Amino acid sequence: MVLHTLNQAPANAACMASALNTITSEDTLLLIEDGVYWTLPAFASQLANLTGRLVALEADLKARDLKADAVESVDDAGFVALCVSHDKVVSWF
Amino acid sequence: MIFSIVVQAPPVQTQGAETALRFARAVLAAGHSIHRIFFYRDGVHNGSALTCTPQDEFNIPQQWQELAQQHKLDLVVCIAAAVRRGVINEQEAVRYKQDQWNLRDSFELSGLGQLVEACIQSDRVVTFGARS
Repeated sequence: MVLHTLNQAPANAACMASALNTITSEDTLLLIEDGVYWTLPAFASQLANLTGRLVALEADLKARDLKADAVESVDDAGFVALCVSHDKVVSWF
Repeated sequence: MIFSIVVQAPPVQTQGAETALRFARAVLAAGHSIHRIFFYRDGVHNGSALTCTPQDEFNIPQQWQELAQQHKLDLVVCIAAAVRRGVINEQEAVRYKQDQWNLRDSFELSGLGQLVEACIQSDRVVTFGARS
């Protein structure tokens, strides 16, 4: 079980593509910083291949006025809890 | 649980250093410990004592310093990445024949071995990066 964080906007699609190539169904992808723009409906099809759980960082959604009701969100404490509940953390940037 | 944090993002231009700072506070608030915070690549600019930030913005290097003082954190700046970016302490100023130095109090310059040691000692290592 690996927690992946990704902080790149959809403009850097290669970063997400690399991450998706390694994420398994047991993993979690946490979108942070500009990565939360991936929750926009326009990019849903590109995340269709994601087999793991998808989460977005609450403060970064709020800062960009993104609602993302369909996506689970966590606060900073929740980010720490995800680090604890997964074996390791991989950062994509 | 024991955490270490790697900061590769500078305090300006990208959000990574601010996210790392918030994460560090959340780790401590949850009752975990932080073995070391290692500043690498452009992240070494977090160790500058000369950052002057507008009053309505966060001075992130100063906030690292305050957090380190409150919680006795080990803030290590990669020496090889730092000296080439002009982040040096008095000892390196002498070595490289510079008249000034600017490493902020509470930070220290050291080598990548400190990152390896942090990885060995910590249950989790979390990196906050920026594209360069």
